[in-house]
Amino acid sequence: MSDTIEADTRQPTHGKATTLRGYPRSDGRKGIRNVIAVAYLVECAHHVAREIAGIDRAAAHVIGFPGCFPNPYAQKMMERLCTHPNVGAVMIVSLGCESFDRERLARVVAESGRPVETLVIQNAGGTRSTIAAGQGWVRARAAELAAAPTVPMDVSELVVGTVCGGSDGTSGITGNPAAGVAFDKLVAAGATCIFEETGELIGCEEIMAARAATPALAEELRASVEKAARYYATLGFGSFAAGNAEGGLTTIEEKSLGAYMKSGQSPISGLIKPGDIPPRGGLYLMDVVPDGEVRFGFPNISDNAEIVEMMASGAHCTLFVTGRGSVVGSALAPVIKIAANPHMYRRLSEDMDINAGRILEGEASVAEVGGEIFDFVCALASGQQSASEVLGHQEFILTYKSFEPIGPACLPV
Amino acid sequence: MAQSATDPRLLLLSPGDSVYVLRDQVAAGEVMEVKGHRITVPVALGLGHKIARVPVAAGERVIKYGAPIGSARIDIAPGDHVHLHNLRSDYTPTHSRDAASDKGKTTT
Repeated sequence: MSDTIEADTRQPTHGKATTLRGYPRSDGRKGIRNVIAVAYLVECAHHVAREIAGIDRAAAHVIGFPGCFPNPYAQKMMERLCTHPNVGAVMIVSLGCESFDRERLARVVAESGRPVETLVIQNAGGTRSTIAAGQGWVRARAAELAAAPTVPMDVSELVVGTVCGGSDGTSGITGNPAAGVAFDKLVAAGATCIFEETGELIGCEEIMAARAATPALAEELRASVEKAARYYATLGFGSFAAGNAEGGLTTIEEKSLGAYMKSGQSPISGLIKPGDIPPRGGLYLMDVVPDGEVRFGFPNISDNAEIVEMMASGAHCTLFVTGRGSVVGSALAPVIKIAANPHMYRRLSEDMDINAGRILEGEASVAEVGGEIFDFVCALASGQQSASEVLGHQEFILTYKSFEPIGPACLPV
Repeated sequence: MAQSATDPRLLLLSPGDSVYVLRDQVAAGEVMEVKGHRITVPVALGLGHKIARVPVAAGERVIKYGAPIGSARIDIAPGDHVHLHNLRSDYTPTHSRDAASDKGKTTT
C-alpha cells in the first residue's frame, strides 16, 4: 500500500472557481436542470405517461401517484414536485375517474408561471391519441426549455439531500463521514442541507439534540426519533441485528451514528416534514415517519421514496452513499453516487461518481473525499451530469402517508 | 490523521476518538503497532472492528465519530479489541446472549 496521499484524479473543478448557473423561477428559486415533469395521477395512467415521456427521455421525466383514493400528503407532494426548481414545464396525465384533484394541481403549476397541459385519457380518445397529443406537447416544450437562458447561481442557493442505501460495514466509516464533510462545507457556504430517516437515528437523540439551534427544537428532534422508534416497534422492525455485531458494531448508538455521520457537524437549524421548504440556508432534519397511528406500513419502502420527499422540499440533488452498490438515480433531481466500499467501486465504477473506498485503502482522507463531493455538487450545478443521469436512471416512487403540520418550535430562526 | 507509530490498517475517524477502526481484516496473533506500542491481535477481526487507542476506565464513555457509543464494562487498555465483552450501550442493551445479564436497566 502506498504511503503517499494520492492526488485526486477524478476531481473536476474547485467549487470556488466553478461557475454555477441556474434556471430562474418565479418563486425566486433556481433550478440546476430544466426538465418536463410528465405526471400521472393514478397507476391507470402510468403507461400513457411513460410513452409520452419516451419521445425525449432526457428532457421528460415521469413522476406520479398510483393510488385512486385521495390523500392530502400525495397532493402536496405532487404540487411541490411539479413546481420543483428543476422543472420547467408539466404535462398532467389523468385517466379521468381517479380522485386526484387534477384541476388544483394544474392551477398551482400555472400560478408558478410554468407551461402546463392536462390530458384526460377518457376524454382524449384513449391510449394512442393521448400519447400522440402528449408527445407533440412534450416535443414543443423540450425545444423551448433547451433554449432557455440561465443566470449565475451561488452555492448558497443550493438545496442538497442525503441518503444511504445498500449499506454495508464500510458505509458508516467512509462514505457517510465524507458526505458529512461535504454537508459542513455546503452549510458553511450558506446552502441548505437535508438529512432524514429518523428510524436510523435511534440512539443518537441526545447527541443530535445537543446540536439544535434552540432547546425547543432539541425537544422536537428528540420527539421525532421517539415517534420513529414507536412506529418501527409496531411494525416489529428496527432492532440491532446479530449481523451488525459480526461487522464490528457493538451498540445501537454506534450503528445509528454511522448513518447520522451523513449530517456532518453543523448546528441543526430546523425540523421539517416532506414538502416543507426550508426557509433559509442551514442543516435540517426531515421527519419522514407518518403522524398518528401506524396505517400505511413502512414509512419509506425504498431509497427513492426518501429521495422524492427531499425533492419535494426543494432538494436540487441527493448525495447517495452505498456500500453494496445501489445503482438508482432519480427523476427531476440528479443523484450523486458515493461508493463506500472500494471493492464494490471497482465492480460497479460505471455507476459511481465518487470513490470514498479510497479512505479504507489509505489513499485519501475523509476530508479530501468530502471536498471532492462538494466540488461534484458544484459541477452538477454547472451542467455536468452524474453517472446515474448519463445511464438514464429516473426512478420515482410515491405512496400514501399522513402528516400533521410542524409546530412553531421546528423552525426557530 | 493517525500517529506515525500506528499501524496503517487502523483508521482514526475523529481526533478525540478512543478507538480506531480496522480498515481490513487481521488474523489472530498478528502484531500491530498502536501509538508506538506493539500489541498482539487476540482473535481474527474483520473490517469495521474497533481497537482501543487510549485507556478507558470502567464506566467511562467510549468515543467514536467524536461521540459516545456506550460505556466501558471493564477497564480497557490501548490495543484491546473493543466489542460486546467490554463495551455496553448507554441506550438499550444490545441483542446478544449477554443482554440478559446487562446491568444497564437495573442500576442507576
